[in-house]
Amino acid sequence: MSLAKSDPALRRYSLWNRLNHWLVAISFVLLVLSGLPFFHPYFWPLTALFGGPTMTRILHPYIGLFMSLMFLFMAIAFFKESLIRRRDVQWLKQIRDVLANRDEKLPPVGKNNAGQKLVYWIMLGCIVLLLITGLLIWQPYFADAIPITLRRLASLGHAFLAFLAIITLIIHIYSGIWVKGSFQAMVRGRVSWAWARHHHGLWYEEEREKARKHRAISRRHDTPTNRQESP
Amino acid sequence: MRGDQINLQNVIARSATQVPSPQERSGGVDRVTKLIDVSRCIGCKACQVACAEWNDLRDEVGECVGEYDNPLDLTPDTWQVMRFDEYEDEQGNLEWLIRKDNCMHCAEPGCLEACPAPGAIVQYANGIVDFNSEHCIGCGYCVSGCPFDVPRISKKDHKAYKCTLCSDRVFHGLEPACVKSCPTGSIMFGTREDMFDLAETRTNFLKSRGFDNAGVYNPEGVDGTHVIYVLQHADRPGLYSHLPEDPRISPLVDAWKGVTKPLASMAIGLAALTGFFHYVTAGPKEYGEEDEAAVREDEAREREREERP
Repeated sequence: MSLAKSDPALRRYSLWNRLNHWLVAISFVLLVLSGLPFFHPYFWPLTALFGGPTMTRILHPYIGLFMSLMFLFMAIAFFKESLIRRRDVQWLKQIRDVLANRDEKLPPVGKNNAGQKLVYWIMLGCIVLLLITGLLIWQPYFADAIPITLRRLASLGHAFLAFLAIITLIIHIYSGIWVKGSFQAMVRGRVSWAWARHHHGLWYEEEREKARKHRAISRRHDTPTNRQESP
Repeated sequence: MRGDQINLQNVIARSATQVPSPQERSGGVDRVTKLIDVSRCIGCKACQVACAEWNDLRDEVGECVGEYDNPLDLTPDTWQVMRFDEYEDEQGNLEWLIRKDNCMHCAEPGCLEACPAPGAIVQYANGIVDFNSEHCIGCGYCVSGCPFDVPRISKKDHKAYKCTLCSDRVFHGLEPACVKSCPTGSIMFGTREDMFDLAETRTNFLKSRGFDNAGVYNPEGVDGTHVIYVLQHADRPGLYSHLPEDPRISPLVDAWKGVTKPLASMAIGLAALTGFFHYVTAGPKEYGEEDEAAVREDEAREREREERP
C-alpha cells in the first residue's frame, strides 16, 4: 500500500474498493466475451478464447456467479454514495453541458455525479436480473426443472439485460477514458485536489474540511502538554 | 458413423449461420414425409424397438406405473414413444388413441432458429432436420425453441438428441427403421406428394366410416411438418396426448432470436464508435489552471487561519 512518487495527494478509493472493482471489471469483460458468442454468431470466434464452444458454455455461468458475488460487495460499499439526490436531477438536465465539457455551468457534484450513480443502479438491476435469468436457463443444472415458457422468457430477458449492461459498460469505460484522472483514480486510488475541485466540488469541500480537522487533531498531539497548560 | 455418410451439399438451413450453406445438389431432391396413420396403430411398439435397435440406443429399463406408456416420456435414449389415450366419444364408445410421438421435422424448425452453435442443427433439402451432435454445445436452447417439446439433453455427454428420421438410412434409399418395422402399415414413408395422396385416401375412408372430422395434421404454424398424422378427430388434436392445436415458434423465441440480435450487435458497435468520435469532437474532460489556483488559495487561507495564534 505504499505510495508512488507520482501518486496524487487525495485518496478517493481504498485498496479494497479498487481490488473489488477490478475483480468485477475483469470478470465482467470475461462474461461479455464468453456470452456474446451465444448472443449472435458474429461473435462465435470468441469461443476460442475459452477453450472451445462447449467449454465457453460451461465456464460462462461460473464466471457469472463469481462476478455476482464480487458485485454484491461493491454494491454494498458504494451504496450510500450512489443514492440519487435532488441536485443530480439538475446535473442530468444539463447533460448537454456535461458532454460539451462546459463544466463551469454545472452544479457542484458530490463524491459521485448523476452519471456514475445511474451506472451503479442500472448495473445493480441488470446483474440481479441476469443472475436470476441465468440460473433459470443453466444447463445441465436448473434448466430442465423450469417450465418452458419461463425458460423462453429467461433466455429473452438474459439477452436483453446483457445488451443493456454492455451498453452501460461501454459508457462507463468511455467515461473513464474521457475524464482525465478518473482511470488513475480507480487504479491507484488517488486524485489531485484540483481534480476533486473541478469534477466533484462538494466532495472537495468535504475532504478539505476533513483534512482541516485532521490537522487540528495532529497539532494538538504534537504540542507538548505542559505548554498547552501554561498561559 | 452417421456423420460420414450424409450428403453435405444439399443443406438448405444451418443453425447460427448467416450465409447460404452448400445446397447446389438440392435441385432434384424431393421432400420426404413420414405419414403416421393413428387410426391403424395397434400400439405394438415395434417401431419403438426398431428405433432403439437401428440407432444403437439402450435406454434404462423403467418401471411400470400402471399404463402402457413406457418410457413415460422422450429421453436422450428414447427418440420416440407411443402415447396411449382412452377417449370416450359422444355415443359412449371407447376409442384407444395411440400416437407415436417423435420429432416432427418442421419445415420451419424452432430448434434450428434457437441454436447458437453454427452447424449443430441442419435441415437437408429432403426436409429432414438433423442434429449434428459433434457441434452441439449442450446449451439447451433447442429445447426452448421446439414447439413440440422433442429434444432432450443427455446426462452422459450433455448434448441434445432427437429422432433423425433415420437420415442415414434415407440417404441410402431406405425407409426409416420405424416404418420398416410397422406390422399394420400405420407408418408410411415416401415423397411428400405421395404421402399426402395416401393421407387423403385414408381420410376419405375414415370419413366414410363415420369419422366426420378425420383429417391430416400438418400444422401451418411451422410451415408444415415432414412427419404428418392422419387423425380420426383432426378438429381436436389435443385428444392425442396434447398434440398442440396450432404449434408455432413461440413469439418469445422469435423476439429473442429474430432481427433484434443483429440490431443489438450493431448498437453495441455504434456505442463504442460514438464514444470514440465524441472524444475526437469534444476532447477530454480536464480540470484547468483555475482549479489549481483555487486549491492554492484555499490552502493558503487555511494555513493563515491555522497559524494565527
